[in-house]
Amino acid sequence: MQIEFTHKQSAHCENGVVSNLMRHNGFEVSEPMVFGIGSGLLFCYIPFLKVNHAPVVTYRAMPGFIFNRFAKRVGIKIKREKFSNPESAKARLDENLKKNNPVGLQVGVYNLLYFPDEYRFHFNAHNLVVYGKENDNYLISDPVMEQVTTLTEKQLEKVRFAKGAFAPKGHIYYPTAFPEKLELKSAIIKGIKQTCREMTAPFPIVGTNGIKTISKLIRKWPKKKGAKVANHYLGQIVRMQEEIGTGGGGFRYIYAAFLQEASQILENEKLNELSKEMTQIGDDWRDFAVNASRIYKNRSAQDDAYNKVADQLEAIANSEAAFFKKLKKAI
Amino acid sequence: MKKEEVPQDKGLLETAQTKELTYAVDENGEYTTELSSGWDPKTIALSNAIKDIEERVANAKERVQKNETSPIEYYMELHKMDLPILSSYVGLWQWRVKRHFKPKNFQKINQKTLQKYADVFDISIEELKHIS
Repeated sequence: MQIEFTHKQSAHCENGVVSNLMRHNGFEVSEPMVFGIGSGLLFCYIPFLKVNHAPVVTYRAMPGFIFNRFAKRVGIKIKREKFSNPESAKARLDENLKKNNPVGLQVGVYNLLYFPDEYRFHFNAHNLVVYGKENDNYLISDPVMEQVTTLTEKQLEKVRFAKGAFAPKGHIYYPTAFPEKLELKSAIIKGIKQTCREMTAPFPIVGTNGIKTISKLIRKWPKKKGAKVANHYLGQIVRMQEEIGTGGGGFRYIYAAFLQEASQILENEKLNELSKEMTQIGDDWRDFAVNASRIYKNRSAQDDAYNKVADQLEAIANSEAAFFKKLKKAI
Repeated sequence: MKKEEVPQDKGLLETAQTKELTYAVDENGEYTTELSSGWDPKTIALSNAIKDIEERVANAKERVQKNETSPIEYYMELHKMDLPILSSYVGLWQWRVKRHFKPKNFQKINQKTLQKYADVFDISIEELKHIS
């Protein structure tokens, strides 16, 4: 049993699943559109939580939020379900495939065998689409992969019931009802407004203030934590920013692409200008990554090198603060 | 980032025969997508993280051999886990798992619990007791 499904690669898994499921249902919505309308862009430092023995920063909204906001804003309905036991999770999946309905699943990455070993960490917020079943094999469209792939029943069960933070618990989701026409214009405005609000929020761990907080922490790391740990922490920040899924520059390029597309839909030339500015900010993030990598490549912990990348982050925080003020005025 | 600047360094995705999608600007200033085989700044970060895990595994192994910790800690590191993750997989409180790290307590674990650990690590009880 195989559902006619077009696999289109995307940068980020959640946008990609949504965009591919929308296309399957007859609505062409690009990945940046999903990301922008769902207010995916963010910066947040999460204190007290450590992943891979290093502090956690995120450049995007919480898993699941992007699709929920997108759905609400363009007027589609989605159904989400979690399960306490694998049998009923599998039954619900098979039932949907029988009805020719491809579904999105939240899975853990650690046991996804088609990923290279180096990428298999205990990260539970990955998303993919199942679009059919042949004998014992589920047909998988993983948006970050170039090609479609398969997983056996057992392999799929294992990733659907991965444990740890954000455990997927068999999480399955799919759109159930669509409007005649998507409400793109108002959705874009709502999406942008929320992003502006979050990025300029007056809390020390969120948005541009969060970036400043991290830059302050970076200055302290070499003395407080020693060269080895400081390098490890810095490496983790760059990985969160650039590892598969961000489209480059910690999602800033995807956001710039969204603003460009939005400027045409809203016929607002200012957004096009701001798209260019966002691209420049993305470039600044890439420069930060390059300089940070020089530090951990040589495994050094000279204070001035750390101060230099911290300065860079502070400058980025300032330009983003100015940027989101302008963006708010532009719509 | 301009389209022609999308890095094509040697990355770790090669083994999976895939590339990742990045967003970049073409010569007319329009956004488009381009595949990237890898980028050194992040490949180095990832390689360092892997090395860090390998060191942790080697270190845990050494301590098992010196009878300073139980094989459970070694297998935990081997599977890139930490205490909260292992405790959630095995379905025990973190303090209980931590107790099982002590060689003395490890000897006293009952078969049922040992089997739970063995299942999580996908090995036999024999392999759990004697690391190679």
